[in-house]
Amino acid sequence: MKVLYFAWLRQKIGRGEEAVDLPVAVRTVGELAAWLAARGGGYAEAFADVKRVRAALNQEHVDFAAPVKGGDEVAFFPPVTGG
Amino acid sequence: MTVRVQHEDFEPGVEIARLQREDAGAIVSFVGVVRGESHGEKLVSMTLEHFPGMTERELERIAKEARSCWSLQGVSVVHRVGNLKPGERIVLVVTAAAHRRAAFEAAEFLMDYLKTRAPFWKRELRASGEHWVEARGSDDAAAARWKRD
Repeated sequence: MKVLYFAWLRQKIGRGEEAVDLPVAVRTVGELAAWLAARGGGYAEAFADVKRVRAALNQEHVDFAAPVKGGDEVAFFPPVTGG
Repeated sequence: MTVRVQHEDFEPGVEIARLQREDAGAIVSFVGVVRGESHGEKLVSMTLEHFPGMTERELERIAKEARSCWSLQGVSVVHRVGNLKPGERIVLVVTAAAHRRAAFEAAEFLMDYLKTRAPFWKRELRASGEHWVEARGSDDAAAARWKRD
């Protein structure tokens, strides 16, 4: 699976994207966020307050209950501020 | 329907003229400009980051939604990314319809939805340093008022 990070999440984690082998226990976007946060360091910082984090699954907005599978592209980012 | 994400500036007059046609009696345009002040400080510059691919798809989804709600002859959305200085144009929405009401409403809807759904993030450079712009609850409220069910 491909995981993307944008804005301050990218800065805290120190990279914009990475390939991830999805553990069997991770079934949703929220579980993926928790699993990434458990890596500690910048990941823990980025996901410290998940209320400030939004997600997209295959380039569509989803909530953290959305199911994920291998081959998906998941992006994490702060609430958007365009316009 | 035109949706563009670009580094370079756009020319509002040219974009408006593109939607001019005899069955569109009303053309409404909105131009967003980078303000020179933020949080009581002078803004040095602003950098816009986006999610290439999803941004275009999301803008197209929003434009399609506008077309399903109002009878429109044309829609254009242009959004800039990269480094922008105070006073520079940042976003353009143009709507064309037979009559003005649909064009005004659709333009406002497009901006409200763009602000809460299109994956752009602003980082400001001010005297005190770099700051990511925080999303505003008032933008969510503005987008929510279009929901009817």
